[in-house]
Amino acid sequence: MKLFEFEAKDILRKYGVKVPQSVLLEKGEQKPVEKIKQAGLEPPIVVKSQVLVAGRGKAGGIKIAKTWEEAEKLIEELFEKPIKGLKPRYLLIEEAIPHEKELYASIIIDRSERKPVILASQYGGMDIEQIAKEEPESIVRMYVDPFLGLKSYQARKIGKSIGLTGKVLNSFASFLIGLYNVFMDYDADLAESNPLGVTGDSVIPLDARLIIDDNSIYKHSDISERNLEDTGEYTEWEIKAREMNLAFVELDGDVGIIGNGAGLTMTTMDLVYLYGGKPANFLDIGGGAGKELVKTAVKFLIDLPKTKKIFMNIFGGITRCDEVAKGIIAALEELGGSSKPLVIRLSGTNEEEGRKILQENGIDAYTDPIEAVQKVVSL
Amino acid sequence: MAIIVDEKTRLIVQGITGKEGRFHTKLMLDYGTKIVAGVTPGKGGMDVYGVPVYDSVEEAKKAHPEANTSIIFVPAKFSADAVYEAIDAGIKTIVVITEHIPVHDAMKFVDYGRSKGVTIIGPNCPGVITPGKAKVGIMPGHVFTPGNVGLISRSGTLTYEIAYAMTKAGIGQTTAVGIGGDPVIGTSFIEALLMFENDPDTDAIVMVGEIGGDMEERAAKMIDEGKITKPAVAFIAGRTAPPGKRMGHAGAIIMMGTGTAEGKIKALESVGVKVARTPMEIPDLLKQVLRK
Repeated sequence: MKLFEFEAKDILRKYGVKVPQSVLLEKGEQKPVEKIKQAGLEPPIVVKSQVLVAGRGKAGGIKIAKTWEEAEKLIEELFEKPIKGLKPRYLLIEEAIPHEKELYASIIIDRSERKPVILASQYGGMDIEQIAKEEPESIVRMYVDPFLGLKSYQARKIGKSIGLTGKVLNSFASFLIGLYNVFMDYDADLAESNPLGVTGDSVIPLDARLIIDDNSIYKHSDISERNLEDTGEYTEWEIKAREMNLAFVELDGDVGIIGNGAGLTMTTMDLVYLYGGKPANFLDIGGGAGKELVKTAVKFLIDLPKTKKIFMNIFGGITRCDEVAKGIIAALEELGGSSKPLVIRLSGTNEEEGRKILQENGIDAYTDPIEAVQKVVSL
Repeated sequence: MAIIVDEKTRLIVQGITGKEGRFHTKLMLDYGTKIVAGVTPGKGGMDVYGVPVYDSVEEAKKAHPEANTSIIFVPAKFSADAVYEAIDAGIKTIVVITEHIPVHDAMKFVDYGRSKGVTIIGPNCPGVITPGKAKVGIMPGHVFTPGNVGLISRSGTLTYEIAYAMTKAGIGQTTAVGIGGDPVIGTSFIEALLMFENDPDTDAIVMVGEIGGDMEERAAKMIDEGKITKPAVAFIAGRTAPPGKRMGHAGAIIMMGTGTAEGKIKALESVGVKVARTPMEIPDLLKQVLRK
């Protein structure tokens, strides 16, 4: 789950990291300028749209106001301005911090080393993919032992290797330890500051990003649930699917895909593409799906406007083919038949029973996935 | 021989009284797996299909010192604790079936397990089967058959599909290992490949990968370095998966430009590993490499 910048900075502040002085405005705030004045801020101030997408700055979501008049105008403007399709509910108003340099620092889990890894570069302000492309030599990596934690000397070593010296080096080290502690305590997938500003003797995170592992949210009662619409990560139908507990990802094509198991479902998409079709989605009914779940999934894909035909690829392991067949029939009964052709491949556990149930309802199922995919693509 | 589990496996089922644990205990017993004990805190003294239940792994191990392997069906919130408990009780092979375990939890218990010389499989995996000898997992036993090919896979159903295609083509498996679909797992392609390399009964290896991470690329590098001499073939799922989207498995995501199917296929092909375009091609590719 992605956190808003102001949430990430609030957490960093709690961990002793110095962040810019700020005030949060919620949409509908009657006297924004008064509120900013009360917080002790004076122009120049930065007005930052709180949306959960990367690249806000370039998209016009971050502006500097030099006067109160400008501030008032910008606040009104940014509340109404969609950034990559998302309108903010909050604006973060911050003191403008003059800085000489912008650095990059982030922490993620290295999947193969199975350890946290710190990435830092002296070229902040652009995203990490861009740094990797333009200044690959500048990226410094350091793995951290998850039981020992990040030691000060290691943090200083990273700072040194991105060209920091003197008091800034020490400031960077204590910033990095704060960021690391947040990363670990909050089960983060990513903790990042980009840009991390250098001002005089110290560093200060001008931006901060925190993504929390969805599976760990139950541990963190101080983090409030996100509206899926606010994340900018999901399409309208993906949100519907999540509400129905379906593992669904929308794609660009027109062949609806249902499979059981993530690997098999992806493979089914790949097969459709390999034989000349275009998958409309990924929908995994998982292991051991019963009649009800199958029914929900089939109805969902028939309803999905972009599908012209549907391909169901089931290999029965724990999932029983007869349950799957019952689910398909139930879906068709509820809808009064399907306007879109349905091609079904059934193999594995209780295959014969499943095939029989479908045949009794006038549907033939394939055993061989390749024959089935050729059929669906030819329709 | 085989790897990870065999006829000497004596199993403890952690979370045996839950719905999944109970169901799969029955199926594993039916397959012939020797289950010596079950554990559910607070349910000590019960039995499940004749398997005695204990309150802790320590007690189970005391009553059944021959226990050497554990399978975990405990809910995600309590899984990390269950793994530490098994490690501290002296269990040397732990198979974690549970999905949705926080990645930081997995990172820590995997690290702890490695420091204690414990083999952890998973999390979020279908388990391990050595056909005809032992099934420690949730896979349908009947699609597998004894043979001389090692199978390593990040996914469940796709593994069954490929094993079934192999079985129909008369090619059996020494062991099939479902290593799991999470970002951090206890045993990666690299470690499983080395186990098969050292197993005298394995003549060839099938790798079933998918988008996300760089395990397949690292496996390719290891093959290139000559550490794996047995022939390997592969299938990679997710050629049509879009970047930035999790495809079912927590670990199946193309991020920051890494983890694409194309990249993995290229890496494997560049070191001479034949990569199947469809799972159905695996038996033919295996016949080619086994004939040599």
